[in-house]
Amino acid sequence: MSTRLRLRVNPIACEAHGLCAELLPELIRLDDWGYPIIDAPDVPDELEDLARRAVDACPTLALILERVDDPAGSR
Amino acid sequence: MTTAAAIQAHHGLPRVLAGLTAGAEAMSLAEHHETHGPLPAMASSELIEAVQASGLRGRGGADFPTARKLLAVAARKRVSAVVVNGSETEPASRKDELLLSRLPHLVLDGATLAAGAVGAPEVVVRVREDAPRAIESLERAIAQRGKSGPPISLHSSPGGYVSGEETAIIHHLNGGRPLPVFVPPRPFERGYRNRPTLIQNPETLAQIALVARFGPHWYRELGTDPDPGTSLVTISGAVVAPGVYEMAFGTPMRDLIGAAGGPTEPLRALLIGGYFGTWVTAGEAMHLRLAREDLRSVGCALGSGVIVALGERACGLHESARVIGYLADQSAGQCGPCVYGLRAVADTVAALAGGAAHRGDLDRVLRWCNEIKGRGACHHPDGAVRFVQSALSVFGGDIERHRRQRCTSRPAGLPLGVAPADQTTTRRIS
Repeated sequence: MSTRLRLRVNPIACEAHGLCAELLPELIRLDDWGYPIIDAPDVPDELEDLARRAVDACPTLALILERVDDPAGSR
Repeated sequence: MTTAAAIQAHHGLPRVLAGLTAGAEAMSLAEHHETHGPLPAMASSELIEAVQASGLRGRGGADFPTARKLLAVAARKRVSAVVVNGSETEPASRKDELLLSRLPHLVLDGATLAAGAVGAPEVVVRVREDAPRAIESLERAIAQRGKSGPPISLHSSPGGYVSGEETAIIHHLNGGRPLPVFVPPRPFERGYRNRPTLIQNPETLAQIALVARFGPHWYRELGTDPDPGTSLVTISGAVVAPGVYEMAFGTPMRDLIGAAGGPTEPLRALLIGGYFGTWVTAGEAMHLRLAREDLRSVGCALGSGVIVALGERACGLHESARVIGYLADQSAGQCGPCVYGLRAVADTVAALAGGAAHRGDLDRVLRWCNEIKGRGACHHPDGAVRFVQSALSVFGGDIERHRRQRCTSRPAGLPLGVAPADQTTTRRIS
C-alpha cells in the first residue's frame, strides 16, 4: 500500500489571502470572492515542492497537505 | 406486572405513534408500558445485532446505517457518551418535537439501550430552548423513570439551522459556541467531554426501542427489503391536514399526500427532504415511492422526512427565493464560500424571481452552485445549493415569464424558522 498527498483547505481558517493560488495555479484557483477552489486535490509528484511552498506561505495555516493511504497503490 | 410477552407486538401501522391520543399530553411511563411493554435488558452485542438485522438507518437526514454507527462508538474501548439530537433545525420538520413532547419514553428507552450498547454512563438530550412542551415532557419523563437506567440530562440548544449539526452540538456541549468545527476528529472519535460520542436523532432511538422489544423480523414486516420499517414524515404546504404521519417505506407519494387529507388545490411540485432537499414536479413525484431507490432516481433523498406540497397557485421561484434567502441568513458565518457564495446566490435567485435579473445571471448562479459545493466546514452550503439547483431545474421555465410580467401568484407560506400554528398539528393514521 502506498500513500499519496492531498491538498485540503480549512474553510473556517481561510481568509482569502489568495497566496496559494499565486504559488500553485496548477492546482488552485480562486472563486469570485477570492477563496480557493481545488478541483483535483491529489498532488502529483512533480508539484509536491510547489505545494509545500504554498502550504508554508498561507498566513492563516488554512492550506493543509495530507498524506492519505492509497490502497490501489496507483502511485 | 406487564411482561414483554404479554404485550402484543403492533402489526401494521402505527408503530412509533402507537397509543398516541388526540390530546396534547405526554404519554406517562405507565401508559408507555401498557402500549409497548417494559424495556428489555439486552447485552451490547445482542442489541447491535438486532439493529443490524433490522436494517434501521438514521432518521436525522444522513441516512447512515444505525448499527454501523453504534459499532463505531462501541469499538472504541473508552468511556463513551450518548447525545440525543432533538435540535430539529429543519424548519418544515415537526417529528422530533412530536416525539419529545408526546412520546418521550420511547426516545429515552432508545437512548438507554444505545448507552448500554456503546458503554456510555450517561445520556444528554439536546432539546430546543424554544420548545417548552418538549422540555416539560422530558423533565417529567426523566423524573418518572427514577434511577432505572443511566442518568439523563437535558441541554437546551439555540435555534438556527446549523446549530443542529453534529460538530456544532459537541462544540456547544463542551462549552464552545454552537457552530460547526473543522473535522476530523468526528464525534464518534472525540465528542462530548472528548469521549467517543454517539449522536442520534430521536426517531432513530424510538425505532431502536421497538426493534429491541419486538425484534428485527417484526421490524421488517412493514416497508421494503432495502428500506424496511416505517418513517415519520412531516407533510405541510397545500394539503388539507398538515402534520406528522407514520408511513411504511414503499408507500407511494400519492398515498402520503392522501394521508394528509389530500391536496387543497392541484399541486405543482413537492419539496422532498426539506430545505436541504429537492423539488420534484408533482407529476413526477406522485409515482415515486417512499424508498431510497425511487427518490435517488430523481436525485433526492428523504432527509429528515419532510415533504412540502406546493400548490399551482403559488410561485415556486418566489418560494425558493425566500428559502434560499433564509438559508443564506442561517450560515454560521465561518466559511467564505458559504458566507459570500450563498448570499450572492440568494440575491440573484431573488432577482430572477422578481424579474430583475440581468443577462447571464442564471448561468452565474449555476456556476456558483457548482463551485460552492463541498467547500464549507459543514454541509450547510452543500444542502443549500442542492435546493437551488433543483428549484432552477423545476421552476427555471418561469424566469423568462417573470421578466416580462409581474407574477401574481399568492404566497404559499412555506415555514421559515417558526412554522405557522396550523402546521404544528400532529396526527397519526391508523
